[in-house]
Amino acid sequence: MSDPIGAIVGTPPSDQPSVVSETAPTDAGRPASDRRDKPRGLLGDAWYDLRHRPLFWASATMILLFLTMAAVPQLFTSVDPDAGSLTRSRQPPSADAWFGYDVLGKDVFARAIHGARASIMVALMSTIGTILIGGTVGVIAGFKGGWLDGLLSRLGEVLLGLPFVLGAIVILFTFNPPGTSKGPVTITMLVSASLVTLTWPISMRIMRSAVLSTKNADYILAARALGAGSGRIILKHILPNCLAPVLVYATILIGSFIGAEATLSYLGVGLRSPVVSWGIMINDAQQFIRVSPQLLLFPAAFLVAAVLSFVMLGEAVREALDPKLR
Amino acid sequence: MSDMLVSEAALTPAGRPSGRLLEVEDLRVEFRTRDGVAKAINGVTYHVDAGETLAVLGESGSGKSVTAQTIMGILDTPPGFVTSGQIRFHGKDMLAMSGEERRRIRGEGIAMVFQDSLSALNPLFTVGFQIGEQFRIRRGLSRKDAKQRAIEMLDQVKIPNARGRVNEYPHQFSGGMRQRVMIAMSLALDPEVLIADEPTTALDVTVQAQIMDLLADLQTQRQMGLILITHDLGVVADVADRIAVMYAGRIVEEAAVHELYARPAHPYTLGLLESIPRIDEKGQQLRTIKGLPPSLLRIPSGCPFHPRCPMAQPVCVEKVPPLRELAPTRASACHFAEELLSRD
Repeated sequence: MSDPIGAIVGTPPSDQPSVVSETAPTDAGRPASDRRDKPRGLLGDAWYDLRHRPLFWASATMILLFLTMAAVPQLFTSVDPDAGSLTRSRQPPSADAWFGYDVLGKDVFARAIHGARASIMVALMSTIGTILIGGTVGVIAGFKGGWLDGLLSRLGEVLLGLPFVLGAIVILFTFNPPGTSKGPVTITMLVSASLVTLTWPISMRIMRSAVLSTKNADYILAARALGAGSGRIILKHILPNCLAPVLVYATILIGSFIGAEATLSYLGVGLRSPVVSWGIMINDAQQFIRVSPQLLLFPAAFLVAAVLSFVMLGEAVREALDPKLR
Repeated sequence: MSDMLVSEAALTPAGRPSGRLLEVEDLRVEFRTRDGVAKAINGVTYHVDAGETLAVLGESGSGKSVTAQTIMGILDTPPGFVTSGQIRFHGKDMLAMSGEERRRIRGEGIAMVFQDSLSALNPLFTVGFQIGEQFRIRRGLSRKDAKQRAIEMLDQVKIPNARGRVNEYPHQFSGGMRQRVMIAMSLALDPEVLIADEPTTALDVTVQAQIMDLLADLQTQRQMGLILITHDLGVVADVADRIAVMYAGRIVEEAAVHELYARPAHPYTLGLLESIPRIDEKGQQLRTIKGLPPSLLRIPSGCPFHPRCPMAQPVCVEKVPPLRELAPTRASACHFAEELLSRD
């Protein structure tokens, strides 16, 4: 048996027993194993794994596309989404307007592009807020237990007891009564805040139950037995092991928040014209579903594509974070 | 001679400081549950010196693991409460220390190896990261140096190709190799006392022997005190110096290992030794100790072993036998210990 690696390396294995260098390749002279030799943490390994997943690249490209759309819609269309002319009301798709015109004669393609900003902003901000608040409270409740757990859990239950739409109406009606005209940024923030307020208890419950089941694992005990402090145990041992269910929930949330934003806009307490969002477009179109189904189809397709790419990203990230699935 | 002196000192009653590495004295722990107070440990006294192996033997629920958890300070409180006793490390009572002081002892002074290595290693991090974490946090090493030290540790516990395996995750190791990783992790900061809580229970017999040999080797090299908790008489015979037998939260017998095997001074130990299957008694029924271990919620009066004891007398129901010194190196908590020893 020849030993090509040893020949390439060419150095006398002075400090290495020959058995080792025969059974296993040494790292020297091999860029691949050299790279693996670099010390990496959990996130480093996850990123290394993500880079080799087509699912990740597909979803990341889509998300990047939607984010660009949200940031600079002018790149995709030069048509004014608010310029309407009743003479072309509900015209079918043509070379001039790829998706046709809506009931007020506005270009559906331009509106779908411009709608990305409000929809994605609301969905992302609400999801991040929900996960951050719910996750933090869930970790505290699960880890500390006792009366604090009881207090936080009951607080969450009170908020969950409110019917979602009614709760959102009350919050938005108080801070954004009809007749006032606030800037689109303020309204977007308000809508997000109301969604976060009413949804964080769910992610708190998911996090809390994950923490409860992880807290008693032997490796937490072992970490304590080796002298790790509470902060370190939470950040390094409990949190990474509880991330998966919350991450999956987050990807689902993004979709449902886009829908929730639409509901609130439809009820007149959410975003208002001239702000465009996919939710508003879908709601406007549903009255004409039998005569002009394309009005519903195009914004819905955008919404589905956006939700799908976030779900796929969540799936890829979750798999990359679990060493057993690598 | 020195061995005799050591044990003599161990059995003298409490109070004065001594030069011992780790001493547990009259430790009492109870669990306050909804059904009542379960007295898990009822006055346990033992010690371990540098370079010495103490085997703590007992069946499930005898309190051997709870003692270990109390020493480590990882007992869940509530429901567990230490009601009295001292745990002295280098003569200082750990139960009187602040949480921060105790935390500093863990890992560096006293470390623990757990029974089930699969669940005792974090599934999300490489073994190298988990071993190196201690060097990074406690010794302030860089990631790169910590990893180098982790490789050295894996080498020391005789994991082949340590350099290649340091980046692997716990689930990629076999049971025996995983237990080696666990041992490497516990020994990383060079503790003076290692508590091994049934380190071989989850492993098959050949691997058990390898792990026990490894532990014995490492202990000799590092001259650390080893507390080996087990329910397996076969495991301890080769490696232990002394054995403490526990029953219902008490030490019922303590002796040097060869003395205990040759001539047990407590009926419970006798029963345990007799229930080991023998190759020369082929075809006979296996001997057992009749009855069940007592519920810790209702420990029998007097000697807790009396309902199962073939030698029980009326005095056993009434009086709790104290752990009495019989010879310089041994003690028994039986009213009839001398009779047991002189009989044959």
